[in-house]
Amino acid sequence: MKVFRMLGRSIRDAFKSVIRNFSLSLASISCITITLIIVAVAIVATYNVQNFTKEIERDMTIVVFLEQDAKEDDIKDVEKELKSISNVDKYTFQSKVEIKEKMQQESEVFNTVLSNWDEEESPLKDTFQVKVKEVEQISKTAEKIEKIDKVSVVRYGEGMVDKMVKAFTSVEKVTYGIVIALILVTVFLIVNTIKLTISARRKEIGIMRLVGASNLTIKTPFIIEGMILGLFGSIVPVIVTTYGYLAFYKHFDGYLYSRLIQLIKPEPFIYQASLIVIIIGILVGMIGSASAVKRYLKI
Amino acid sequence: MDLIRIKNVEKKYKNGVTAIYDLNLAIEKGSFVFVIGGSGSGKSTLIKMLYREEKPTKGQVIVGGLDVAKLKNKKVYKLRRKLGIVFQDYRLLPKLTVYENVAFALECIGERKDVIRQKVLKALEDVGLKNKVHEYPDNLSGGEQQRVAIARAIVNDPKLLLCDEPTGNLDPDMSMEIMKVLESINKLRGTTIIMATHDKEIVNKMKKQVITLKDGHLVKFKQKGTYAE
Repeated sequence: MKVFRMLGRSIRDAFKSVIRNFSLSLASISCITITLIIVAVAIVATYNVQNFTKEIERDMTIVVFLEQDAKEDDIKDVEKELKSISNVDKYTFQSKVEIKEKMQQESEVFNTVLSNWDEEESPLKDTFQVKVKEVEQISKTAEKIEKIDKVSVVRYGEGMVDKMVKAFTSVEKVTYGIVIALILVTVFLIVNTIKLTISARRKEIGIMRLVGASNLTIKTPFIIEGMILGLFGSIVPVIVTTYGYLAFYKHFDGYLYSRLIQLIKPEPFIYQASLIVIIIGILVGMIGSASAVKRYLKI
Repeated sequence: MDLIRIKNVEKKYKNGVTAIYDLNLAIEKGSFVFVIGGSGSGKSTLIKMLYREEKPTKGQVIVGGLDVAKLKNKKVYKLRRKLGIVFQDYRLLPKLTVYENVAFALECIGERKDVIRQKVLKALEDVGLKNKVHEYPDNLSGGEQQRVAIARAIVNDPKLLLCDEPTGNLDPDMSMEIMKVLESINKLRGTTIIMATHDKEIVNKMKKQVITLKDGHLVKFKQKGTYAE
């Protein structure tokens, strides 16, 4: 009972203080707003980068071309060998005939050219398409596969894919860095705002301590005040990210530059991102005010 | 029974000044004690150690069973709830009415609203301010403001009331008014009162126990004492 009574008083005091120091509150709310917008953009960007790196990794396939004269028994042997490699996740087999049919369906030119060859003289090869479990190990796995008997060529889009994954990872790291730096700046801003409201109420705090208010009782209204500032500060960023991302997604039709870079579908994602932004806002406000009030609680 | 026991207390400030040397005192429950002495005699330091604004450098200060020196910063409120403090400068909140100022002390410790109302009105009656409940401090005279401060100090029924120069800002008439209020609190509520002052007239008129300090040393502890140099 007592706890609720105290909490009620704290919340009332916090709102009073926000309204009483309105211009100051507005200043810190706008600061939080600006930083949170950037943080939100960074979050959206990071998640998208993560998403399409994963997507690309998932799509990475090793294509194993068998030798021209591979017989059905040889194919079975290769399959056995593939199974024994630990990094191989799954694989599909396409015979020359299947490939031929597929290519003929795809293009008229291929159709005429390919129909001139019969099974014996076809330049096409039987292939396995192999998906790996860990993309980082893909080159080693490819080497292993190459050593299997009757395997002629192994392709997995070396170089390009590696570079892309590396680039994305570094982009990700940079965005993380920016987000953390911005959050620290915001905490610093809130510390200063709350310090100002506190110094305006220093006398009150002194009296509270004299009449026997516990530190928690004194701290709570200020911490709630910080949380309110954080919450108010996250309103605009949430709106901006939600509608901004929806518009962005619509404008680019879900892909950025090429089919390879796929954007995350907005539906559950914007809500999650908004929630994260709100939580960051509230946490930042809380931490800022808690550290600001600490100094005043020593006699 | 002793409410306050001070054993071998020494207080040395960080700047090297020693305010109290080897002080030993015991103050009984229900007594009314003046602490007198010139400026720099250590009377304010003594009062401050009793509510743990300052910690003694050496020795023990025990107030109502709590060892003040060992009290952690977080636990200070436990001591403060047992005592009331009155200052020379009243320390009221100007934006709150008389009633709200007194109620503030109880709100801070999470008292129930109906209890607060009852206790606040009782305390304001005890200091004779029942008709000024809804005034703001700025509209009151100095003596009335100090009485509000006293009401706030006693509203939680403390065992001990500490007064640091409560009449320092008041003229003699108002000072006597305050002293009457304090005396009646001492008698009616049985509150132990310790008051630091350098007002000779008050000390001589009241005929209470007197602790005389000089340059940090205890000079005299007299029953029914007067202000003698």
